[in-house]
Formats: sequence, C-alpha cells, structure tokens
Amino acid sequence: MTGYPILDSALVLGSVGLFFGFLIAMVNKKFQVWEDPRIDDVEDLLPSTNCGACGQPGCRAFAEAVVSGKEQPSSCTVMGAEDVEDVAAYLGVDAGEANKRVARLLCAGGRKEAAQISDYSGLESCKAAAAVAGGGKGCNWGCLGLADCEDACLLDAIYMNDDELPVVIPDLCTACNDCVVACPKDLFVLMPIEQKLIVQCKNLLKGDAAEDLCSVACNACNRCVADSEPGVIEMIDNLAVINYEMNDLTDPKALSRCPTGAIVWVEGQQFQESSAELEKKVV
Amino acid sequence: MKGLPSFKHGVHPPENKDITSGIPSRRFPFPKEVILPLSQHIGTPAKALVKPGDRVERGDVIAEAAGFISSTVHATAAGTVKAIELWPHPNGSMAPSIRIAVDPTSSQMRRSRIVPRWQDVPEEQLSKEIAKAGIVGLGGAAFPSHVKLCPPKDQPVEVLLINGCECEPYLTSDHRVMLEQPEKVYDGIRIALRALGITRCVIGIEANKPDAIEMMRKTKPDDLDATVQPLTVKYPQGAEKMLIKAVMGHEVPSGSLPSAVGAMVQNVATAANVAAVFETGHPLIERIITVTGRGIRKPGNWKIPFGTKLRDVIEHCGGLTEDAQEIVFGGPMMGQGQANLDIPILKATGGILILTKDECKRQDIMPCIRCGKCLEACPVFLNPQLMGALAKAERYEEMVEEANLNDCMLCGSCSFVCPSNIPLSQWFVMSKSQLRKLAS
Repeated sequence: MTGYPILDSALVLGSVGLFFGFLIAMVNKKFQVWEDPRIDDVEDLLPSTNCGACGQPGCRAFAEAVVSGKEQPSSCTVMGAEDVEDVAAYLGVDAGEANKRVARLLCAGGRKEAAQISDYSGLESCKAAAAVAGGGKGCNWGCLGLADCEDACLLDAIYMNDDELPVVIPDLCTACNDCVVACPKDLFVLMPIEQKLIVQCKNLLKGDAAEDLCSVACNACNRCVADSEPGVIEMIDNLAVINYEMNDLTDPKALSRCPTGAIVWVEGQQFQESSAELEKKVV
Repeated sequence: MKGLPSFKHGVHPPENKDITSGIPSRRFPFPKEVILPLSQHIGTPAKALVKPGDRVERGDVIAEAAGFISSTVHATAAGTVKAIELWPHPNGSMAPSIRIAVDPTSSQMRRSRIVPRWQDVPEEQLSKEIAKAGIVGLGGAAFPSHVKLCPPKDQPVEVLLINGCECEPYLTSDHRVMLEQPEKVYDGIRIALRALGITRCVIGIEANKPDAIEMMRKTKPDDLDATVQPLTVKYPQGAEKMLIKAVMGHEVPSGSLPSAVGAMVQNVATAANVAAVFETGHPLIERIITVTGRGIRKPGNWKIPFGTKLRDVIEHCGGLTEDAQEIVFGGPMMGQGQANLDIPILKATGGILILTKDECKRQDIMPCIRCGKCLEACPVFLNPQLMGALAKAERYEEMVEEANLNDCMLCGSCSFVCPSNIPLSQWFVMSKSQLRKLAS
C-alpha cells in the first residue's frame, strides 16, 4: 500500500464507489422501463383528491388511462370544465361529454316531516341506530339523521340541515360512492344531474298508513303516473319508480297533483335551505 | 354457593328476579287482533297458506315452513284473516305478517286432534312431528327445535342438557315453567331422549332458584337417568356453551356446534312445549312471558298468545308508570330495545322489561383506559377492547379474522364491566349487522 493510511482509505472507497456507480449506470440502461412523460404532467393537472369517482384507483391511474386513450378527460367529475379543457388541450384529444353525476337522497322525511315514535339515545351513528329497532322514526325506510354520510364524505360535500337531513352540494359532490356505502338504509343513489324528476321516498306502505308515518311519503296514489307520459313512472310495490331511460320525456307536471310532495323536480341542490343556514354558510 | 360447577369469567349483574318470581303464571285475555310475522326467527321465512277473508281456528296452520331451517306458523286465536301486509317487527324492520281479527264470540277451543302416543312414534318421525307443531327453542334465539334434534351423523349426541339457568336478570318465565309444569318438562325430556336415541340427561339450574331445584328433584321419575345440577349464579351461565362447560367440563370448539362434544342443549320451556304437542296435539301458539321492570304497574308472568301487540300487553298489565323510559324484549343484558308499541310478541320473546328513567341514564363515553376488565369478563375469552377499537375504525372483516367476532354471542358482559361506559356490545351488534349487509 502507499504507506499513508489516508490515501489507502481514499483509494479503496473511491474504487468501490466507482464500481457501484458503473453498476448502477449499467442496470439503469439495461432494465429501464419507458414511461410516457405526459402521465406525470397530466397527473399534475388533476385535482389529486384520489376520490375514485372516475372508476380508477386514484388520480395517477386515471392519468395513465387518459394518456393511453382509455378514458376521456371529462370522466373526472371533480375538475371544473376549464381544467378538463386544459387536459384535453395538453394531450390534443377530445374532452368528451361531461357527465356530471351527484348523490341524491331518496328521503325527504326530516325531523319536521317524519313521525318520531321513540327517542333513540344510543351510539350517535346511523349504523348503530339501524341495528337497534331501526332508530326512532316511525318510518322504517327513512333517513335516521345521525350523519354517517356527512362523516363518510371526504370532500365536505354533505352537511346536515336544520331538519336533520343530509344536503348534498352538487358542485362539491364527485359521485365517489362513499355516502352510498355509508348509509345503512341505502338512501343514496348516484344520478346524472340532468335527471331532475326524483321520488324522494322509499316507503313501501300505501295510503294513510304511509302518510301517518311521514307527511312527505309516497302514498301510492298513482296521480303522477297518470300525469306523465305513459311508461315514464311506474308504481312498483306501492312506490312510484321513474324509468330514467325515458328521462327526456320527464316533465315537472308529474308533480302537479302529488298530495304529499314526495315527487320533486330538482334543479341543482335537493332541499330548500332556511335563511339561518344560508347565513351560517356566508359567515 | 362455593363448589358448584361453573365456567370461567362472567359477571354478576343485579338479579331483580324477585319482582315476578313469586307470581304464578296466568292466562292472558285474547286481544282484538293478532299479528303473526312470517319470519319469527333466523332461517327462511314461512310461506303463507291463507288469504284475506279466510276464517281460521285457534291452532290452524296458516303458513308452512319453507326449507329445513324454517318453522310452521299457526293461528294463535280464532278469527278472520284481515290482511297479509308489512307490519313492524321486533327486529326493527317491516316484515310481511298475517293479521287476524280475533272473533270475540269464539270459544277459542282448539280443534280436537288425534294424537299419536309418542312411545309408538318411530324415532326419526318424532322430529317431524315437532317441526309440524312449529316448536322453536324458547331460550332466546328461537332456533327451530327439529333442526337441533337431527345432529350431524358423525357427531353423535351422548348427553341431553336441559337449560333451566335463566341467567338474564329480571326474567322468571323458565323459573315458573319449572315450578308449574315439572311433569311436562320431564315428558319433553323423554321425547327428546327418544328422538336422539340416548338415555342420559342433566338439568342445569342456577342456585338462585332453590324452589325450582327442589321441585325438579321431587318430581323426577325414578326410571329416568336424569340429574338436577345446581350451578353457580353467574351471567351468562345459561348460554349454551357456558352451560356445557359448567356441567360437562368440555369446551365447545370455536365455530362448532355443541354436538362436537356430544351434547345437546334444550331450554326447559321448549321441553315442556314438546310434551304438550304429544299430550294434546296442539302446536306452539303461546308461552309464558315475564312482564317486568319498575316501569310497569302490574308486573307478572303471563301465558300470552303469540302475535299479541305490545300495546295490549302493557295495557293489560296496568300501563306504564310516569317514569317509564325504555321497553326491552328479553332481558337487560341481551334484550333488544323496542321503538314501536304495535310490534307483536314472537316465539322468541321470553320477557318484556320496562326500565325507568333512573335505570337507563345515559352516561358519557370515556376513552378506553386499557384496564383489561372486559377481557376478564368475556366468557368466550375474546379481546373486546381490540374488537371495539376495530369496530370504531369500521374494520369489520378484521374483527372476524383477527379478533374472532363470530364467537361473540353479544352477551353484554364487556359493556357491563367497562368503567369508561364504552358501549362495546352495541358496537358488536352494529358490526355484525354491517357484515351481514356486506355479505348480501
């Protein structure tokens, strides 16, 4: 050796470093996987919420799908129209038809409308209440109002109103399905926003039996069926069911003679907000 | 009480049985209407055989079993079928039920039947007769008895255990059965022994019912190989697997039936009703039910026809007191809180308990301090603290795989001892219902 310990160690370490450096360089060349650099760029343009509403496991997977042409940029329902255009312009593809879907609650029986037959005082959770005699409301199908959906919504698109019903804010909702899974009464459905005629009830009783439980229940009177184009609304198990394949034929006049207001025409958000709530939101 | 057999762990809730234990059972008057849900217990719902407008006599078959784990439904009072429609069910759902308007002028006599002598009925035919009579386990789960009487071929039953523990606080219906119908219990035991093809039987009774132990010992026929075994007073002594552990010393392996250790458990009330089938030919249409608690004016033990509405029962028992707060079907440990007064009494309803405001004060839920009391209470040696944490995080599948949720029988011992008032058993009820929802 050189006789100078400092040189010895520098030489040994230097040559070991050089050896592994070459090895890494070689492995990098030999085993390189080519990845489209546009995927990273598209991912940067996406909202990074990883909500899964597009059907992909996350924003990265969606970016891969868009770049490979399997998905259209508009499949991401979280981005605004401008961002969709940006992605489409960057890739030089068609943005596609925007198909905005939102979660709709099929119950309008809040604390004021639905009959309360007992007090529930257990765990503050819809799932727990549903397992104990079905909660305190007389209606077995209705919203329990304990906000499991509000907790489940990662995007804060759901808030509980004064009537103890969850309100979905359409602009924030990405139709990610989390609230659908969270609700023990299966009251949420994901619907395209252009489906405006909605039956806000799942009660399977008819006549007075239904109305005794809730003032806005569908009592199976069949008037909406008669007031709309044939085949649009059908009465199945004492509940008006809308055939959304004929959505183009739906008309607000279907609700003109509804005695309870169970069927509604929704533009944007469900449920009217009280002035107090609006104030709260402004503050 | 030292030296009596028992199981490990368990709790000692206040018994409160003296409210009704001394009151002889009486026949309940027929209500104006009876509601009979097609689904009265786990298993397939029965299939309705009547239509609105039909006249039925007391004891007639109105719905037939649809499958092996299913049981026949009989009219519990004579009258006219009013409707078959959705009606509130004690489990909290709306279930298809047969509504019968009871005929107020009817004598409510049952049709006379030709009853075969059970001694002459072939062994394998016995369980079919029991199925026809709609007999289910009256201990609480209401599992169809004929299914129990046909154990798997590779696991022969050696000992029949008769469960007279009644470890749930407040309830005294089994206690009254043992005091009032000991001969019927013994006849039922003989029939069950014949159906199983065995001779050995042990009757387990908690030591807090000395009069029942005395009565069962006094009336024991000499030719029957039966032992009346007093047991330590501890909850849940009446749980099937705990009873087997106490009497036989064997532990039923996780996920197996009692037949895995050669045992079969029947409730005393079930045995008495099996005897009634072969004595009179009449099916299971009524049972002794304890109506108790500090929230009811006239507690008592009543022979109530199934389908009687809760409202009618409360009315007949003097009504609720001012401070009545909660109505529970079953006992305070495992019973189900009820929300609707229109629900009918079912085969599984062993008691109706009405608690007052003071008794069900809601306490604040505090964080877990890891004291381990729940582990010491759990009779099946689970870790409720871990299961609770998983339930809170909604990790239901892990509760089954890592913490053996399926072995939990929801006895409520863990919630009872928790110093932080954590509602563990309600979490487990919720988790089990969520898992059922995921599976379907």
